[in-house]
Amino acid sequence: MVARAAVAANAVAAAEFKSGGHELLLFEALREALIEEMKADPTVCVFGEDVGHYGGSYKVTKGLAEMFGDLRVLDTPIAENSFTGMGVGAAMKGLRPVVEGMNMGFLLLAYNQISNNCGMLHYTSGGQFKIPLVIRGPGGVGRQLGAEHSQRLESYFQSIPGLQMVACSTPYNAKGLMKAAIRSENPVVLFEHVLLYNLKEKIPDEEYICCLEEAEMVRPGEHVTILTYSRMRYHVMQAAKTLVNKGYDPEVIDIRSLKPFDLHTIGNSIKKTHRVLIVEECMRTGGIGASLRSAIIDNFWDYLDAPIMCLSSQDVPTPYAAPLEDATVVQPAQIVAAVEQICQ
Amino acid sequence: MAAAALLRRVPAARAPATALMAARAISGSTAPLTIETSVPFTSHIVDPPSRDVTTTPAEILTFFHDMSVMRRMEIAADSLYKAKLIRGFCHLYDGQEAVAVGMEAAITRSDSIITAYRDHCTYLARGGDLVSAFAELMGRQAGCSRGKGGSMHFYKKDANFYGGHGIVGAQVPLGCGLAFAQKYRKEESATFALYGDGAANQGQLFEALNISALWKLPAILVCENNHYGMGTAEWRAAKSPAYYKRGDYVPGLKVDGMDVLAVKQACKFAKEHAIANGPIVLEMDTYRYHGHSMSDPGSTYRTRDEISGVRQERDPIERVRKLILAHDLATPAELKDMEKEIRKEVDDAIAKAKESPIPDTSELFTNVYVKGFGVESFGADRKELRATLP
Repeated sequence: MVARAAVAANAVAAAEFKSGGHELLLFEALREALIEEMKADPTVCVFGEDVGHYGGSYKVTKGLAEMFGDLRVLDTPIAENSFTGMGVGAAMKGLRPVVEGMNMGFLLLAYNQISNNCGMLHYTSGGQFKIPLVIRGPGGVGRQLGAEHSQRLESYFQSIPGLQMVACSTPYNAKGLMKAAIRSENPVVLFEHVLLYNLKEKIPDEEYICCLEEAEMVRPGEHVTILTYSRMRYHVMQAAKTLVNKGYDPEVIDIRSLKPFDLHTIGNSIKKTHRVLIVEECMRTGGIGASLRSAIIDNFWDYLDAPIMCLSSQDVPTPYAAPLEDATVVQPAQIVAAVEQICQ
Repeated sequence: MAAAALLRRVPAARAPATALMAARAISGSTAPLTIETSVPFTSHIVDPPSRDVTTTPAEILTFFHDMSVMRRMEIAADSLYKAKLIRGFCHLYDGQEAVAVGMEAAITRSDSIITAYRDHCTYLARGGDLVSAFAELMGRQAGCSRGKGGSMHFYKKDANFYGGHGIVGAQVPLGCGLAFAQKYRKEESATFALYGDGAANQGQLFEALNISALWKLPAILVCENNHYGMGTAEWRAAKSPAYYKRGDYVPGLKVDGMDVLAVKQACKFAKEHAIANGPIVLEMDTYRYHGHSMSDPGSTYRTRDEISGVRQERDPIERVRKLILAHDLATPAELKDMEKEIRKEVDDAIAKAKESPIPDTSELFTNVYVKGFGVESFGADRKELRATLP
């Protein structure tokens, strides 16, 4: 699956790279980013459960322990609260830890450390300490993993001041965002998705970084702005095929930056299409879509010709049975119906 | 005696004299003196250090001076709080000064200290000055956190003082992270992570201790046991109040936290141990005269007799005063003069802090993020908008 070229000033567009490029899977792209950054900067280290000798439960850190040693790729005990806190402490003292939650949902145990220490120490110390931490891991509704292993924490973390949040969706932006997150002086939460790790794409051979605050134009269009991120991007693109056959021209933007929103790209799109559909995997209540809707209303009310529609996951614990699980998240058919309704 | 000669700290490798130090000519002698600690150390799976502490007259007088400054500062903070110049939560350290001062005497500024919210005196011990402390308490620009942290968020990065934390126990994993960074960078230094008897029951402490022991980190967990977790006495909160033993496989030492020399000896021992062998737990048996915070009278869960009893028998400053007089290092009048000067110093600092302005409203939005690699938050016109970050 080749991502459409991102029309961004600073980032190297995926389809325009100079040399041949190489093909890899999304988890390999994350791994490549980690290896490059760890080679370039000796203060980058990795904390997580089974990231070292086991190679990572999703193979993102496979081989890193052999390459960089046990002091840089650290197998932690099952103690999220304390090892996240230790990551913050190490960051205060000048290291750049990458903390992995084996599943993002487990990081709820570390919520206090993420919110009060990671997010706030730069502020409460009057700027003395910076916390260049990266917190990453897979989340999202997967393949019948049950309620506790299908969490979407972007909505839980979004109001923490001082935190930045990004969601990757393609091998290209996964590598670019991981590198940018590691280099950022602010704490960044990088949301990966369990079902996207095996996506294949060709990415540039030369070094590149994605801007943390930038959204990605996936498919330019005229009729409606569809804002999405992570796995739902693929449901949207599937719906887009159907919509194009029905004569619609949707503009699809992968917002990527969940905090802060790239209101510049989003705004320009709204000014063109005047109709907005948000498609997310978060719960309806208090989700990213809810905040995005408010932000759009505050900034672009005059440009809207129709109410903003938001398709989110149902406010239920994710059930185990397959058809029920499918009904929890937004499916392409619902996206098609929503666009038809907005464009009436 | 004219205040001509500077009181020097020993050993010479330590940080130069801080704002706490004033010029004195009373026994600046650096001839070694050996004093016995009040009680022997009790230990858990380790051989305790000797009861005999090597010190010098100069150092003992420094102890008296520094603890008196801290005492005065906390009492002044009490008045400022009652005058509504300090708001919110204010947790005072008077009674516990020996821990901060003794620890500082045993270590260098390349060692790290992290503590919880009872942090004013630790800040001073690490080289913080009175003006920035009072200014921070009163929420002024000259405060050590620019008025944005408050009483519970004092930090001093250049002195490796990492605060200053409001959530009980959360600073201990941070402290183990600091120790990790020290080991990662091969610095021959250690981290002292302080917490109270209330925090000792937090799970994250045991998690962090497990990881520190596994990875052999130079982490020293110091339980400042003042016997009350706010209003709950230790025996009502902990099945085993022998906090120095609760490391289980991690060695521990119980120390009379009201004896500054014992604290110094224990911290010196702990630092050497931690750098060589990994984590160790120190339990400082100490006491706070004030309640948990200014919102707590401190007398509903303990008797006034108990408080005054400790003040009479174990007060850290009085112990050092007796030591000074017993060894003829200064006369009572000289000590009284020192205290008068300290009082004046503290009053002057308060006056100076009061002059500092309240932070500008724009400060609301500074230091939320670090400006750096791609961190501007864009508004609709791509200009930096500080306020709207949904």
